Amino acid sequence: MKIIVFAENQEGQFKKSSLEAVSYAAQIAAAHNGSVIAVSIGHVSNDKFAELGKYGADQIFNYSQEVFNTFFGETYSKALAHATKNAGAELVIISNTYSGKTIAPRTAAQLGAGIVSGVISYPNTDNGFNVRRTVFSGKAFADVAINTSIKVLAITPNSFSLIENNKTASIENMDAGISSDTLASKSIEVARASGKVVLTEAELVVSGGRGMKGPENWHLIESLADILGAATACSKPVSDIHWRPHSEHVGQTGITIKPNLYIAIGISGAIQHLAGVSASKVIVAINKDPEAPFFKAADYGIVGDAFEVLPKIIEAAKSFKSQQA
Amino acid sequence: MKVLVCISQVPDTTTKVGFTDNNTKFNTQGVQFIINPYDELALTRALEITEKQGGTVTVINVGLAETEPSIRKALAIGANDAVRINAEPMDAFFVAEQISNYAKNENFDLILTGRESIDYNGGMMAGLLGEMLQLPSVNVITAIEVENGMAKLERDIDGGRERLEVKLPMVGSAQKELTEPRIPNMRGIMAARTKPLTVVEPIGAQANTQTTSFENPPAKGACKLIDPANAADLIGLLHNEAKVI
Ligand SMILES: Cc1cc2nc3c(=O)[nH]c(=O)nc-3n(C[C@H](O)[C@H](O)[C@H](O)COP(=O)(O)OP(=O)(O)OC[C@H]3O[C@@H](n4cnc5c(N)ncnc54)[C@H](O)[C@@H]3O)c2cc1C
Ligand SMILES: Cc1cc2nc3c(=O)[nH]c(=O)nc-3n(C[C@H](O)[C@H](O)[C@H](O)COP(=O)(O)OP(=O)(O)OC[C@H]3O[C@@H](n4cnc5c(N)ncnc54)[C@H](O)[C@@H]3O)c2cc1C
Repeated sequence: MKIIVFAENQEGQFKKSSLEAVSYAAQIAAAHNGSVIAVSIGHVSNDKFAELGKYGADQIFNYSQEVFNTFFGETYSKALAHATKNAGAELVIISNTYSGKTIAPRTAAQLGAGIVSGVISYPNTDNGFNVRRTVFSGKAFADVAINTSIKVLAITPNSFSLIENNKTASIENMDAGISSDTLASKSIEVARASGKVVLTEAELVVSGGRGMKGPENWHLIESLADILGAATACSKPVSDIHWRPHSEHVGQTGITIKPNLYIAIGISGAIQHLAGVSASKVIVAINKDPEAPFFKAADYGIVGDAFEVLPKIIEAAKSFKSQQA
Repeated sequence: MKVLVCISQVPDTTTKVGFTDNNTKFNTQGVQFIINPYDELALTRALEITEKQGGTVTVINVGLAETEPSIRKALAIGANDAVRINAEPMDAFFVAEQISNYAKNENFDLILTGRESIDYNGGMMAGLLGEMLQLPSVNVITAIEVENGMAKLERDIDGGRERLEVKLPMVGSAQKELTEPRIPNMRGIMAARTKPLTVVEPIGAQANTQTTSFENPPAKGACKLIDPANAADLIGLLHNEAKVI
């Protein structure tokens, strides 16, 4: 079985989510006597490709034409479909990031492929082709069968560990023959907060709710996040009243996340909030109300005032980090 | 300006999710259904745009008769007319085939979906429709203005924001922040009763995927409580016991 993986780069660096996808594909290839072709789209310097080999790519298809300098679903999906047809691949793996969600359905439609997003398991091929995904914003899992010959899987970031599988991947320069003249879309400006951990892909998340009392107290959340190398998040009302940006709102109507650690401070644990975070591996709740529903969903809990508890945790985190260094 | 807004009907966000028929079906017993919250944003923004510069907003749903209350609600919020494609939505591919088949002869300038449905969470509809209709698609849009056949947009990207311009027609998916959802008023509710809701029979399309079973996540074990006086111990526990830092 040949497997195509979208190896997305951001400013010339392969993203961790892409390496997870390569590693995921390599595990499937190993079980099915297959091979992994990582598809790089846009400009990446040649020395970076070794990283894809490290996680198990046998081959790299490199689409580096100018038309790919800006990211559009229309063009990137064409390259991916081109690669799939060219290789005669049966499986396409894409990380379920914002860009992944943009190109996965377009690629699937071009290939007439069945698509499943939010995948959290390796495929089970005992009887057909089945994968597990989350549904109802994390309140349940669904096992889904795909019945087309080509299949597209958009896998949830942070769900699969990186497994090294050293290979020397050969690089093939490809051209999907796309001209930029036909493009209806034009990028005007891309703004990324530099140096911040991206919430949707973060392994550690520190999150605050209305119990934090006001935006002036967020330095506590931010300093704990900085020390741990975590992303920051918040509950819905906190973003609704503009204490924090909307992009930090997690939950059923915000972002669904699946970090290794979620620390919830001054958040009650309403069902809509839990829906977006309950898939986290370890949950810590800090709340002054012992009856707060979050304690039922948490692994560790501290019943106490955030403003007394947080400074202690921040100090402990600081000394832990300096010991590690 | 002709706008099409795709709406799906989903369980209310407070629903305790459970399953029947040997865990193969979602248990709808006692469940309140609502318009998918992101679709409400798409609809409201579509109305704001057409109110400003003229035009119509059509809502479309692929579903059986049970979705009509949600469709009527969309009409009450302000859509001009509605289409229901009379089929069980078997998977996203199937739904997109139905909607694109309807839209292909209607010359919509703008097609909006929600960024994802809060039940099946696929997030794939805008891209599928874009490809099937050979239109550009932009996901998770947080702002849209339309001027002279051109949409000026902002979208969420991984770790940031992008501003872009797209020549219409296009497909977009609504993200929070696009606007504030509109609540139907009495006049809207009255008017909705007589607005056209056309039922169209589905085309023969196939589902490419099939959900074979559902499962609720395992219950969490007991929460380990740490005395607030020893809050600093948390870091050690996270390192040595939970092994996450
Ligand atoms: C359709 C719909 C969708 C929704 N979607 C979402 C969603 O996606 N995400 C989301 O988060 N919510 C969502 N909600 C809102 C949700 O129902 C809750 O209202 C919300 O999560 C509560 O936010 P909170 O916990 O920050 O605030 P509160 O409920 O006000 O809780 C504050 C908590 O802080 C604690 N506290 C107060 N002071 C301190 C202190 N000094 N130290 C420690 N703890 C303290 C309190 O005991 C309390 O538990 C949705 C609601 C609806 C109706
Ligand atoms: C009774 C019922 C039975 C179902 N059975 C299955 C099943 O067996 N297997 C399975 O995989 N799925 C099943 N579904 C799920 C259904 O197929 C999905 O809701 C649909 O395919 C869209 O996928 P999504 O929700 O992931 O879409 P997303 O891509 O997350 O939706 C994005 C947007 O697409 C639009 N949209 C979504 N659905 C519709 C719709 N029906 N009509 C109009 N616009 C829509 C909305 O604007 C929505 O915000 C069932 C749903 C229902 C209601």
